[in-house]
Order: sequence, then C-alpha cells, then structure tokens
Amino acid sequence: MTQAEATRQISFIQAINEALRQELQRDPSVIVMGEDIAGGGEREDFQDAWGGPMRLTKGLVNEFGRNRIRDTPISEAGFVGAGVGAAASGLRPVVDLMYVSFYGVCADQITNNAAKMHYMFGGKVTVPLTIMTGIGAGTNSAAQHSETLYSIFTHFPGLKCVVPSNPYNAKGLMTAAIRDDDPVIVFNNRQLMGLRFDDHVPEDQYTVQIGKSEIKQEGDDITLIGIGFTTRVCMEAAEELEEQGYSVEVLDLLSLSPMDNDAILSSVQKTRKVVIVDEDYPRCSIAADISALVAEEAFDYLDAPPRRVNAPHASVPYSRPLEALYVPNKEKVVEAALEIID
Amino acid sequence: MPYTEINRDSLLWMYETMVTIRRFEEQSRREADAGKLRGMHSSVGQEAVPTGLCAHLDENDYVLGTHRSHHHCIAKGLDLNHMMAELLGKSTGTGKGKGGTMHIADIDRGMLGANGVVGSNIPVATGVALTAKVKGTNQVSVVFFGDGASSQGVLHESMNLAGIWKLPVIFVCENNRYAEATPFEYSVAGGSISNRADGYGIPGVSVDGQSVMDMFEVGREAVARARAGDGPTLIEAQTYRYMGHFGADDPLGYRSAEEQQYYIDRDCIANCRAHILEGSFAEESELEEIDASCLAAVNEATEFANKSPFPDPEELLQDVYVSYS
Ligand SMILES: Cc1ncc(C[n+]2csc(CCOP(=O)(O)OP(=O)(O)O)c2C)c(N)n1
Ligand SMILES: [Mg+2]
Repeated sequence: MTQAEATRQISFIQAINEALRQELQRDPSVIVMGEDIAGGGEREDFQDAWGGPMRLTKGLVNEFGRNRIRDTPISEAGFVGAGVGAAASGLRPVVDLMYVSFYGVCADQITNNAAKMHYMFGGKVTVPLTIMTGIGAGTNSAAQHSETLYSIFTHFPGLKCVVPSNPYNAKGLMTAAIRDDDPVIVFNNRQLMGLRFDDHVPEDQYTVQIGKSEIKQEGDDITLIGIGFTTRVCMEAAEELEEQGYSVEVLDLLSLSPMDNDAILSSVQKTRKVVIVDEDYPRCSIAADISALVAEEAFDYLDAPPRRVNAPHASVPYSRPLEALYVPNKEKVVEAALEIID
Repeated sequence: MPYTEINRDSLLWMYETMVTIRRFEEQSRREADAGKLRGMHSSVGQEAVPTGLCAHLDENDYVLGTHRSHHHCIAKGLDLNHMMAELLGKSTGTGKGKGGTMHIADIDRGMLGANGVVGSNIPVATGVALTAKVKGTNQVSVVFFGDGASSQGVLHESMNLAGIWKLPVIFVCENNRYAEATPFEYSVAGGSISNRADGYGIPGVSVDGQSVMDMFEVGREAVARARAGDGPTLIEAQTYRYMGHFGADDPLGYRSAEEQQYYIDRDCIANCRAHILEGSFAEESELEEIDASCLAAVNEATEFANKSPFPDPEELLQDVYVSYS
C-alpha cells in the first residue's frame, strides 16, 4: 500500500460536512439552520440546489429532511435568536452565519442571550448552540465580506471560540462544538476552503478538544503562533527560517476561548521569543491578548519583546494589490522573527 | 396603465439609461470572466426598476443600494468611467478602488452607496430622509433592496420610523423572485411584501417592474408624495434577474428554463422600445443611434478603467479617519 492509500485526505469543506452529517446521524436533537444551506425553498425538483454557499451542508437535506435542515429567510437576528431558544429548550442547533461581518445583524442574540443565559440563570439553563461562520480576506470581496473578527467574541464571557486550520481539526472541532453544552462559534477561514491538505482525516467520528492548542513542530529558537489560516503562514515562515539555520516552534492556537495559556507559556519559556500571527485587526486582538499574557507571565524568560503580525488598523481594501499588502504573509512573519531572533 | 404623462424626452432618457446599464453589465461580466474581479452581482433584467424611479429625481436627491447596485448607480447618473474603474480596483474608481463592485458610491451625484450587507442600507436611507425633513430641503431618499432583504428586521423598524415621522423616503423592493437560491414564495410569509406597508399606515404598491413606464408612473406618485411631506411609500417591483446570483452560479440549479424564458420574453428594454415605436415617439434609426452611443460609452469606460493605475500602497492606511488627532 502506498502512503497516499494509507491516508484519507478530504477537503476542509468535506471535513465540516462530514462532522455535521455524523452528528446529525448520532444525535436526533441536532438541527442545522441558515441561508441556502439547502437552497431551492420547498421546490421538490430543486431540493439541495446549493447545499450552502460554500457547500458545507451539501447533501444534508436529502439525508435528514427539511424538518432538521432548515433554509432560513435573510433574518439573522431571527434565526440566530431562534437557535438560542431552540438550544435552551432541548435541541442542539447549528446555525450558519455566512460571513462573520453579518454578526452585527444578530449581535444582541449572541452576546446578550447566548453568552449570558447560563450565568444569569444561575447555571440552570444551558445553550448548546453552535454558530459556524466564514472569515478572512484574500478573496477580493472588500470590507464587508473579508473580516476576521473572532477577537470580538472572545471578549464575551460565556462564548467559546475555535478556529480550525486544516480538515483534521475542522472535523474534530466541529464535532466537539456540537457536543459542547456551551455556545461555541466555529470560525472557518474561506481561503482554507480552497486549499489541498495532506493530513489524514479518519472516517470515524472523533473530537479535538476545545481549549487545547497543538504544537505543529518543535523548535528551540523562536515560537510562531498561528490561528487558522495564519498557522499555514507560520509553517511557511518556519521553513524559510530553518533554511537560514534557526530552529522554529510553531503553535497552532485552534481555540481562542478558552485559550491554552499553559501551552503558550511553556513554549515561550523554552524559546524565549514569540511572534503571534493574527489576521484580525490589531487593536484589542488575540495577538494583543497573547502578547500581554506572555509579558505578564513569562517576562523573566523573554530575550525580546513579543512581536505581533496583524492586519493593519484599516478596513479590508477591495483592490487586489492593496489586499495583498493587507493580510499577514510569510515575508512579514519572517521579517518580524528575524528582528528578534538574534 | 395609460402612461399619459410620459413624454418623448422621458422615454428616450429611460431607454438610453436601460441600454447603458445592460451594456455595462455585459461588459462587467466579461471583465469578471477575464479574472479582473471576483464575483459580481449582475442587474441584467432589472434595469427598469431604478430607471423609472430615478427619472423623477435630481442630483440633490439620494439613492442607496445593495450588493446588486450597478443599475442604481447608472440610473442615478454616475460616471461610467469611474464605476468601471472601481470594479477593477483602480485608483480612478469612485472609491479609489477600495470599495469595489459592492460599494460604489458618489456623494456628489446623490448615490450614498451600494452595500454588501443585506438590508443594511434601509435605515440609513431613512436617516437621509430625516436630514431632508429636519432641514426642510425637499429632498427625497430612495432605497432599493431585494425580496430577500425584506425579511430583515430593519425594514420593519424603518417603515415604522418613517411612518410615525412622515419621512420623505421611498422603500423600493426589487422582487426578482430569488435571494440566492431561495425562491421568494418560500421566504416571504403571506406572499406579499407590499402588503406589509398596511401595518405601518403607509401606501404599499405592487408594480410590474419589467415595465419602465409602470415604474415611472408609480415613481412619480411616490416622489410627489414624499416631496409634499406626506411620508413614505413602499413599492414592490416585480422583476427578475436573468443571470445567476453572483455570476459563477447556474440559476437553472434552482429554477426552470421555462420560468426564465417567461421573464426574458417580457424584457424591459424590448417593451420600452416597442412602446416608443408604437407611439411614434421616435424613429427606429434614432434608437439605433442611442444603442450605438451607449455601447461606445461603455467601451470608453472599459478602456479608461483598464488603463488606470492601481492605488498606491499608501492608500491602504488612508481614509480610515477624517483626521488622525
Ligand atoms: C446580512 C446578510 N446576510 C446574508 C448575506 C449574503 N447574501 C448576499 S446577497 C443575498 C441574497 C439577497 O437576496 P435579495 O435581497 O433578494 O437580493 P438579490 O440578490 O435578489 O438582488 C444573501 C443571502 C449578506 N450579504 N448580508
Ligand atoms: Mg432577490
């Protein structure tokens, strides 16, 4: 058997789709709602016309029916709020918020209801809601369809936030999110959906633990921390830095809330230098949060101040040459690393 | 409808505007297919809706649009060169290439922006009407939105606000039967958008949006009402998008070829042309001249856009704030 036959490679989109399908099979209380997640309305001849704008939900309506796989009108406040209510009363809804920028339409439901009900009601009500949403620039889609924004949600106690970086952890985190009794937001980067991955993805169900990061590769000279798509950028940068003779550790954060502080700190205590690569706006970002964590908890170990590579404090530009300057890339990460490495 | 008050000038302006939109959209499609922009939401088939309305507006009035807004912009008199340049992300674009196809705006011509978030512009347009009311300017604010957008809560909040304050805003729903792959009859409870005006005590009108003459008549009444201080109107224009949602998608995945043909046979440009010729408002040759000049204008815009430079890298960090202190 060749290596290719021994492993099972599926796309990021297929991984999310498989996690949804298997959880729908396993647990009858799981339902899925969102715009065009099936498509075609109630027209029998056009059922599953889209299967989601990114095809994340393709085939689900045919297998599980319209009672559980629900196309919604364009009413985010309505259907995300309905997801909260359904979750609090016995279902495990997965709600698709097409692009994270549309959170504004339904922010009240996420931050005032989903995040707070368990706490306000003295721990007696649970909201096992999963929201999956698309993030990221690099697709020539301009300011309202390219944001990252996960840091906003980490600001709120009560919300869990995860960012998969490949098909393996996408499937595992999605499964874990659906089974989790807290509201979980799964941030799926759009660029990852178009890429090929070599990772093996088991067909059987498994979970990737929420709250844990993963060491992608071990090294001694510097730690690069990536989130979702930027983990890939970190791996590219690591390769280049290794060619220059450095030993690089790459940490894939995976979970932003709760965050794996221990793993971050122990890596930084070892390498004594850290670059955090985060596509979100720089102010009040995850990168800023990690930078503060490291400064507060590992100050004595540091050989240099923590460095952050974020998008700039500007909206995402449409024009392609500007957009290319906007997103964190290998060159920026290598540059930041070299500034602190010696 | 009798169309008694539509004179030759209005008819020819509307014909020219619609043909310009169609040629512009066909060309944008080609630019997208050539990889110069990613998705673009074509307005082909829907030209009559903004055209019949904007025939009653001047530069001081406002229009606000959606993700599918090239036709709104052209009907409001935006410059084709700067529009096409924006589509290609060039520095000569309406937004210096920073906004793109979903965010074309030209404040000098009263176009306060296309908007990529469905329903998002409806309350903004209501606020624009509030300015007109507070300042007593007699301006009118028109907001276009889709059948899909009619399910956003902000439409209802805005109709209520405009209703209680009698604001000069016109809510124009372009019911093109689909929101992406979702048919209107699935997403709109009760089967009518215009009926929803009743609950807010404002007029709600359903009109054949494939007839620019009908749009003209309904638009005249709504604009007159707004200018007279009698408050908002909700117009539901029955129309159709001929293309897929954003270009790359095949609409036959969720609707039949017969249905498409039904609307294409009622094409707004073809029936305007027929009306002009049957009423002897103009000769065939005159229309052919208009056709040729529309195509020439679009070709010029394409050349202008392609020759224009991309924005300087410094532009990335400019325009975030008006002032930085
Ligand atoms: C708040 C929000 N939700 C979802 C989307 C994704 N989206 C873009 S266009 C569209 C369909 C809009 O349908 P409609 O309002 O009928 O306008 P049309 O496309 O037919 O012109 C959707 C769901 C969005 N842009 N904004
Ligand atoms: Mg529509």
